[in-house]
Amino acid sequence: MNAVLLASDVNVAQNVGFYIIAAIMLFAAFSVVSTRNVVHAALWLVVVLGGVAAQYILAAAEFVAVSQVLVYIGAVMVLFLFGIMLTRASIGDDTDVNNKGWGIGIPVAVVFFGVLAYSVIDAFEDAVIAEPSGAQIASSTQAISDGYLGDYLVPLIALSFVLLAAAVGAIVLARKD
Amino acid sequence: MYAVNFLLLSAALFSIGVFGVIARRNAVMVLMSIELILNSVNLNLIAFALINNDIDGHIFALFVIAIAAAEVGVGLAMVLMIYRNRRSIALDELSEMHG
Repeated sequence: MNAVLLASDVNVAQNVGFYIIAAIMLFAAFSVVSTRNVVHAALWLVVVLGGVAAQYILAAAEFVAVSQVLVYIGAVMVLFLFGIMLTRASIGDDTDVNNKGWGIGIPVAVVFFGVLAYSVIDAFEDAVIAEPSGAQIASSTQAISDGYLGDYLVPLIALSFVLLAAAVGAIVLARKD
Repeated sequence: MYAVNFLLLSAALFSIGVFGVIARRNAVMVLMSIELILNSVNLNLIAFALINNDIDGHIFALFVIAIAAAEVGVGLAMVLMIYRNRRSIALDELSEMHG
């Protein structure tokens, strides 16, 4: 990594905001996979998803950030809370939320992170992201719609069929009889 | 802003999600860990869109968000069905598919 930070290269406020949000996100993610209470895990997941939306805004992706808030925090979390409500009778700590061999997950995750971190640092050692201009940010939503209705029109239609099939499948699976 | 910032954060989120998928016994908690993994991939896509100054990363991130919403809907419907049939969603008790 570059030892000397030049003020012209790096936006200090953006970096400080990034590290604060990243620390909150990592703590919340650890809580999601370590808490014994299913409802608390769902609420910590809200913190992670909100942090991801904030990182999208830092990365100049406003439309994706708004979609993240609408779809994940608005819809998916309600689904999760319904799922928890319909599958559990008691509110409180569970004694056996983990598998018997859950310890094997720690070395797997550590090795996985090591490999990923090594390859990422090897590839992007001290690459600095150029800040997008105001005009680019202002026209990014327009560029997204141009992409959807241009090059990615067929995948968009296919995705609409996937969503239809998922809605029908969810109804069929969850129906009583 | 360094490119490795976003990529290391999403690598950490991905690893935490993998740990959750391996360690958790409750099916709903496994679905939450899968959401962590999908979000880390989305963060990577947005970071690469920013690094390469290309809008395609945003488009693919929105595709992934839509697929994740469909996945959660079907996954929770399956969990509800399993709970109705067996009164339990502990994944290690679902051993009928063992060879």
